Amino acid sequence: MSTAAATNPVAESNYYTRFSPGQRILHAVLVFTFLGLAATGLPLRFSSAAWSVGLAHAVGGFSAILFFHKFCAVVLTIDFLIHVVDIVYRTVVKKQWGLLWGTNSMVPNLKDAKDLFAQMRWFLFLGPKPKFDRYTYWEKLDYWGVFWGMAIIGISGYAMWFSGAFARIVPGSWLNVALLIHGEEALLAVGYIFVVHFFNEHLRPNNFPMDITIFTGSQTEEEFRERHPEEYARAAEAGQLKQLRAEAPPAWAVRTSRLLGSAAVVIGVVLIVLTAEAFLRD
Amino acid sequence: MKLYVSAIFLSMFLIWPAAAWSAAAPDTLCLSCHDEKGSPFHASVHSSLGCTGCHTDIKAFPHPDNVAKVNCGACHSEAATALAGSVHAKASEQPCLSCHGDAHAIVDVKDPKSTVYPLNLPRTCGACHGNKKFAEEHHLPDVYSEYMDSIHGFALTKDGLLVAATCSSCHGSHDILAPTNPKSRTYRANVPATCGTCHEGIQQLYFAGIHGKQMEAGNAQAPVCTNCHTAHQISNVREVSFQMKTSATCGNCHRERFGTYRDTFHAQVSALGYVETAHCWDCHRAHDILPASDPKSTVAKANLVQTCGQCHSGVSASFVSYSPHADPHDGRQFPALHAASIFMNLLLASLLGFMALHTVLWFIRSHAERLNDKRRNS
Repeated sequence: MSTAAATNPVAESNYYTRFSPGQRILHAVLVFTFLGLAATGLPLRFSSAAWSVGLAHAVGGFSAILFFHKFCAVVLTIDFLIHVVDIVYRTVVKKQWGLLWGTNSMVPNLKDAKDLFAQMRWFLFLGPKPKFDRYTYWEKLDYWGVFWGMAIIGISGYAMWFSGAFARIVPGSWLNVALLIHGEEALLAVGYIFVVHFFNEHLRPNNFPMDITIFTGSQTEEEFRERHPEEYARAAEAGQLKQLRAEAPPAWAVRTSRLLGSAAVVIGVVLIVLTAEAFLRD
Repeated sequence: MKLYVSAIFLSMFLIWPAAAWSAAAPDTLCLSCHDEKGSPFHASVHSSLGCTGCHTDIKAFPHPDNVAKVNCGACHSEAATALAGSVHAKASEQPCLSCHGDAHAIVDVKDPKSTVYPLNLPRTCGACHGNKKFAEEHHLPDVYSEYMDSIHGFALTKDGLLVAATCSSCHGSHDILAPTNPKSRTYRANVPATCGTCHEGIQQLYFAGIHGKQMEAGNAQAPVCTNCHTAHQISNVREVSFQMKTSATCGNCHRERFGTYRDTFHAQVSALGYVETAHCWDCHRAHDILPASDPKSTVAKANLVQTCGQCHSGVSASFVSYSPHADPHDGRQFPALHAASIFMNLLLASLLGFMALHTVLWFIRSHAERLNDKRRNS
């Protein structure tokens, strides 16, 4: 198995590109702003918890919290819009229709349902590990969870930020709903990212301590073959492997990625523990 | 002749004390023994009365060992009657002196040296009421330190204001009655009038509001000034620490409304220690509180745009359909919110529940696979 290579990607190996620099930058911005939004939003959601008051005081009170929250929100909105505009540009202008359907698309298809079913069978020792394509079903779930989460949390957040203008379009009672949805959807996002996503990509025995592909942009040949066998086989058959070849990531990039990822995990775990504590006490 | 003179001289010597006693000022005679009382007494408000003005039973020099207790009420009849009916009637053998101090050194109330001069009064009352043991024995609150830390106490001791309320401003002086006595200034129903002697404008607002009206109507649940402001530890209402506490104070009675307020943005912001958000009184007012059904109420439908507009800019008629007391559990009053709450709870429980299971199964399966690989490799 490729566990040695997975935990030590700098080892001698062929590297293949998985994410473009643009995608890696968008994800890194998402990491920073999401952590910022969670750290400044959770104290508000659980405002009666002692740690919330402490945190609010530490950063300079509620006005500071709200400033950081709005700042991160604006940056993340821009991040989100760049991604959406990029998708629209690549499909409509560049006619890369494969982004909307097929093996290179994030849109779920029948194979994902089959993979999920097969994966559950594998979990229960009832069958072999499914052979995944470029994007696995849980990666698509992560993607759409974040996509719709950002849309819902964003719209409800901006509704409250610009409550006067919002209430001229719809009844003010929708602001009550906006606060509820904003808070609950955020809890879902925090729970999903800090537990499910972190486990899938970092803490899972085969990925521990973390998978840095999203930061460095490349994966080893072993990782490629094990994680995305269908895509690998297709590329090999079409003789496209050479085009996908990448330089090995420099040591500083690996170190930075690990540092960044580990910091995110630590912050996330601290926040999820605090959230669980406040949620159970509520 | 010589004998005649001698007889007169002798008779004078025998008669002189009696003759001298009958004179207007026998003080020099008293002071021949009680010298130390002379100077404070001459500076006192009672100096013109002379010793026997109060010690009326002393008619001769020297006087008998047992001297009657001075009756201040002989002159101060009004105060004495009031005191006799007060909680302090049996406070000590000579209750007047407990507050007025040394009997021979009593000065005018307007004299800054007087023990009952406003600036000195709390210390005088505090001699007993600042004593924890005394307070425990008499089942009284430890009011002295509370008062000294209050806005009234600070106004008196730090700002030196004679108009600041001291003990007697609220409790009276000689006629102090227990707060359970309906005639007492501090009896519940009399509190608004007592505070109103100084805070007249607030008293008017209070009686214009629902709390005052209910109190007048005899509702025992209706709060008076002290229910919200406390009796002795009264804070400056402009202090953030006080403002941060007040919503919970309203919540002592309005439990359900406080509960629904606590789930909203205003309360969340407030709980983080931010005072510039809506607290109960920002919308409902503090004293002239009226129910929403009253057209004059700040929370009457027609006035909401103005009330919300105190903080929010661009408030429209549509904006004020926002409920600062929305309750997601109340499906009848808040159907959309109720539905959203159920949907979100289901979404969270199902998605996180499924993914948690997915994660646990994956963890177990991955470990099993790794163990298997190790065995195969070795």
